[in-house]
Amino acid sequence: MPQIKSLEELRRLRERVERDISTRRDTGTTIIVGMGTCGIAAGARETMRAILEELRAREMDINVTTVGCIGMCAKEPLVDIEQAGKPRVSYGNITPDMVSRLIEQHLVKGQVVEEWVVGRLQES
Amino acid sequence: MRELSHHVLDLLENALAAGATRVTLRICEDTQGDTLEIEIQDNGRGMDAEVQARALDPFFTTRTTRHVGLGLPLLKAAAERCNGGLSLRSAPGQGTLVRAWFQWQHIDRAPLGDMASTLLGALLSSRSDWDLEYEHRVDGRVFRLDTREMREMLGDIPLGHPHVRRWLEEYLQQGFAELYGATGCPAFAGGHQA
Repeated sequence: MPQIKSLEELRRLRERVERDISTRRDTGTTIIVGMGTCGIAAGARETMRAILEELRAREMDINVTTVGCIGMCAKEPLVDIEQAGKPRVSYGNITPDMVSRLIEQHLVKGQVVEEWVVGRLQES
Repeated sequence: MRELSHHVLDLLENALAAGATRVTLRICEDTQGDTLEIEIQDNGRGMDAEVQARALDPFFTTRTTRHVGLGLPLLKAAAERCNGGLSLRSAPGQGTLVRAWFQWQHIDRAPLGDMASTLLGALLSSRSDWDLEYEHRVDGRVFRLDTREMREMLGDIPLGHPHVRRWLEEYLQQGFAELYGATGCPAFAGGHQA
């Protein structure tokens, strides 16, 4: 079965990641995509996919996680960017075509895309 | 929701929200029998009889952040308009089993769609304390995934690690390509077009 071969690749990947201290170190940046019913219906899965493709194209090792509904259903798809030492920024109505600019401006240039922001959460 | 895989992601999110640590998802596409079945079982907190009776009411939810619960009612409506249906079995402390079935060839049946992204969306959940057993059959072929096997290989490295994530993307892409063949369509890939 090809899956068995692939799982062996996973074991080798683990060894490589464990050897390479730079890839083990947490980047301190996480992108969080709302994936409740409201988010899914608004296209959050497609937005997540666009984020993953953009990060892959730019070879950026950044954590991406999904969470359930937080109650701002009208603003879905919601994408939060959390960076160590900075307020967590929530962006609303983020469609796949907006992802490239979001990554470029927020993560590469370090500038918040003010017109898309729906909230900020100070680091506790 | 445009794809059945959107509904499946919603069911997975429901299971996680119910505190499940083990989720089994089975999809069976039988083009000869003209059926598509989706079955998801979790070991979450489950529902009592009253909640279960109201779970298919779109204006009922146990959530406190909003007042509607559309996921299951939408899936039930999608199934029923394709000569199918939805069943729900649950008990407090014993998890929940949801089963939805469709006529595969029904003109109103939404495509199953991008299951790879659906699985990825669930596997990248901020909750890392759960496992997914996935089995997807398309006529004679089968694609299986069990995150317990993956975790055994990975040790302390989380599934969400960027390098593991990229591996997962490729693994899923490969798995579904083998399941569906070059056309991406079970009817043609399986040679059972009716």
